[in-house]
Amino acid sequence: MAFAYTPGLRVADVADVAKTRRLPLKGEVLVNTGDVVKAETIVARTELPGNVKMFNIANMLGVPPSDIPELLLKKEGEPIDAQEPLAQSKGLFGKYFKSTVKSPIAGVFESFNEITGQAVLREPPIPVEIDGYVNGKVIEVLPGEGVVVETHCTFVQGIFGIGGEVRGELKRVCSKPDEEITADKITPDCKGKILIGGNYISHAVLKKAIATGVHAVVVGGFDDQDLKNLLGFDLGVAITGHEKLGITLILTEGFGKMTMAEGTFDLLSKREGMTASVNGATQIRAGVMRPEIVVPLTEEAMSDQTSTRQAGAMDIGSSIRCIRSPFFGMIGTVAALPPELQVVDSEAKVRVLQVEFDNGKKYTVPRANVELIEG
Amino acid sequence: MAADKIQTILATDCGSTTTKSILIEYSEEAGRYRLARRGEAPTTVEAPAEDVTKGVLNAVGEIEDLESRRFLKPDESGVHVREGSGDGVDLYVSTSSAGGGLQMTVAGVVKSMTGESAQRAALGAGAIVMDIVASNDRRLPHEKVEDIRRLRPDMILLSGGIDGGTIDHVVELAEIIRAADPKPRFGVGFKLPVIYAGNKDAAGAVKKELGTIVELKIVDNLRPVLERENLGPARDLIHELFMEHVMAQAPGYAHLMEWTGRFEDGKWKNVPIMPTPGAVGKLIERVAKMEDIHVMGVDIGGATTDVFSVFDSSGEPVFNRTVSANLGMSYSISNVLASAGMDNVMRWVPFHVDEADLRNRIRNKMIRPTTIPQELEELIIEQAIAREALRLALVQHKDLATGLKGVAQERTIGDAFEQTQTGATLVNMMDLNLLIGSGGVLSHAPRRSQTALMLIDSFLPEGVTMLAVDSIFMMPHLGVLSEVHPQAAVDVFNNDCLIKLGHCVAPSGSFKKAAHLATVSMVMPDGKTVEEKIIPGEMKHIVLGAGEKAKAVITPIKGIDIGNGPGEVWEGELEGGVVGLVLDGRGRHPFNLPEGDAERVKMLQTWSQVLDTYPERFLTMGGGK
Repeated sequence: MAFAYTPGLRVADVADVAKTRRLPLKGEVLVNTGDVVKAETIVARTELPGNVKMFNIANMLGVPPSDIPELLLKKEGEPIDAQEPLAQSKGLFGKYFKSTVKSPIAGVFESFNEITGQAVLREPPIPVEIDGYVNGKVIEVLPGEGVVVETHCTFVQGIFGIGGEVRGELKRVCSKPDEEITADKITPDCKGKILIGGNYISHAVLKKAIATGVHAVVVGGFDDQDLKNLLGFDLGVAITGHEKLGITLILTEGFGKMTMAEGTFDLLSKREGMTASVNGATQIRAGVMRPEIVVPLTEEAMSDQTSTRQAGAMDIGSSIRCIRSPFFGMIGTVAALPPELQVVDSEAKVRVLQVEFDNGKKYTVPRANVELIEG
Repeated sequence: MAADKIQTILATDCGSTTTKSILIEYSEEAGRYRLARRGEAPTTVEAPAEDVTKGVLNAVGEIEDLESRRFLKPDESGVHVREGSGDGVDLYVSTSSAGGGLQMTVAGVVKSMTGESAQRAALGAGAIVMDIVASNDRRLPHEKVEDIRRLRPDMILLSGGIDGGTIDHVVELAEIIRAADPKPRFGVGFKLPVIYAGNKDAAGAVKKELGTIVELKIVDNLRPVLERENLGPARDLIHELFMEHVMAQAPGYAHLMEWTGRFEDGKWKNVPIMPTPGAVGKLIERVAKMEDIHVMGVDIGGATTDVFSVFDSSGEPVFNRTVSANLGMSYSISNVLASAGMDNVMRWVPFHVDEADLRNRIRNKMIRPTTIPQELEELIIEQAIAREALRLALVQHKDLATGLKGVAQERTIGDAFEQTQTGATLVNMMDLNLLIGSGGVLSHAPRRSQTALMLIDSFLPEGVTMLAVDSIFMMPHLGVLSEVHPQAAVDVFNNDCLIKLGHCVAPSGSFKKAAHLATVSMVMPDGKTVEEKIIPGEMKHIVLGAGEKAKAVITPIKGIDIGNGPGEVWEGELEGGVVGLVLDGRGRHPFNLPEGDAERVKMLQTWSQVLDTYPERFLTMGGGK
């Protein structure tokens, strides 16, 4: 075997990125293949079935369920207003002491069950719209489901994020990747921006960013204790993106004080002043999803560099970054890929590679503890 | 190719973190199948690959490297299953828990009765049960509807009512499902599979409610009478639908499903991919049956921890499986911390560690789940977390592995003072004969004594219990193999898979002050007589190798139980293993660690030294002794 696949986050100067914009349920697609769309353009819409209200008419009228159909004042499928009578008992002599059941909601009388006596009312549908998310071109229409928008962009994946999709202008607030985002760096002109930081942001400073109206922060590291304080609970399973915190936070490296990878920092710095779409949604489970920063490129911003994505193929000479202690964050090249298992400090016998760091020193590290750097 | 002509078998397990491959070959010399090689690689459901087959190619590629033979097709487009001789293998099988596994919601009329039976059926089929909807679950109907929508299960199992019993409540549950109008996680436009396994008299009404909006399948009632469960038909259908509806939608599985199989008389015969827990469960059940013993098995993975047990209920062996969906060593590691609490994790670390640092380390493992500890300090911390994941998984297992609830019991006057309830847990650690550990953190622990101590600390076996480990984590592979080639599976399981660590002797019971809890007199294999006292708070290690046995008489003090009742003498054979005999005097009911930090660390270090679990340098970690 001449190579090994290994996971890696994408950090690409120029890339064609296709984003699928899919409705949660079938609906209507509003654009066509070939259309140029803005991030804000509504590309598809649908209506989610309204919430249901279930209640037992038979119990309320005190009659057997099988007797209810003749007492119903509405037919299944008919619209109904709030407080509109839904069923009425026959009363004494067909005249007196009639009991009426009124609809607690406006919507549709969906169904009645003669066995249980239960009526199902449904509130009006909830409209759902999805936008283009990025400036780009519609390359595919998924009939009734959504579209695929392709954008020519700078694309950076983070390792963990919270908060959903936002847009804004990129603003660098640290001069070096190993510099902390401190409170004094959050100035009024940060409002509506996506801040690019260095190695760390504290909970207090993040709160200041929220108060200032910052749309997103992209930074190397954040403390887990601060994450707990921010969310108000200990995050168990990493499925994020739906938090309503007033900000999107993307970590490029991990938890603790962690210098942002130089390549990531330089690339985002180069794009300062441009508008980016970011999404903090992370799902470290089935169908892994990482947070991302997408910067659609204008003609002037395009360099002649192109990203050569290798689908995770690692070979001797590949550039890699260590992603676990004791060499976390260090960059080097693969010097050897021995096939035999080797014993490491923990005494575990694992598959390893030999990495040569920039200082010329060579070390053995588990293959599982490195990630490829795209070049 | 006929089963008796199969020479070379390849099996893979696509875990949530790692894809493991094993090569099994028939040895003419040994006259049996044997494990030839093992390979592994990170599972590739994540970008940039986003295709599970890449991890499979990589894991098989490692075996190719080590064997200098070809098992992949020349263009590496899949595993090469040959028709005759030449390169490749005769049979390829696979299991999988990647892609988040099978996530189900189950429904039953009474939560602790049909609801629980439905839960057992789903768990037995290898599913993760996300929610149990029941008529008496105290949620309002609209809340149940919202929960079904929010959780977006892959499949729903609807049960309820014994045959001839309630119809209303079952139809009410069907109405709730109808109102939720659930959609599958994968594949917009597909209908969600719903299995109905309840009161046969309600089947027509359920069909009327759900027939048009979901993919409804009807099978035999899983609780036809209160006194009996009939989980088989529902379980089998769950397997079938899992393959058709769920797995086919996960990244790369459509291809992998085409790769598994063999040629039989020139015709391709597909072997379905089995959910990993289902495969492991099959093996545990087989072991219990073959040896006629009580067995527990635990498989701790990256995302989930499965516990399997076979204990008696009314004189019949009953198999139970639970899955703790969010207890695991990588994807779910932060949830272990959230569920157990920081103090419970830190109590197992035999050195002082800063809490903020520990939190960040655990979280970094979660976000980079495929990384492994390179340094000893990190290994020790992961093993501390594993103890809590295992402990919590056992608690959940005990809660579900129970007798049937709601069953009428005949009581005599003799029972007046022993009012046992129906539905008590079947798990009795004193009755346990064999405890098998599996999963990366247990199977790949650098020293087997680490595995032994993790199992003892978390499961707290009582009396005399054999500890064993799945040598290199291949029980899933052998589980699926046992379906198509039982002989090969049995050969490899007995000779290459199960490694006995040795008996653990743990006195149980309360005592106030005692110089010792029990005296163990042994006639060792060389004929020498050895006498050891089990001292409160101490652990002892006695060298007794794999396959070696010692005739033993264990005499407990008053109130202490070794297996024959409080104060009763135990006589029998103690068997060794790769670790040896462990005498655990730390107590059960309760088992407590010292509360003071310094004393706790000292005791953990002492016990570790007795069992030689870590190299001596661990004593200087975290600022030294």
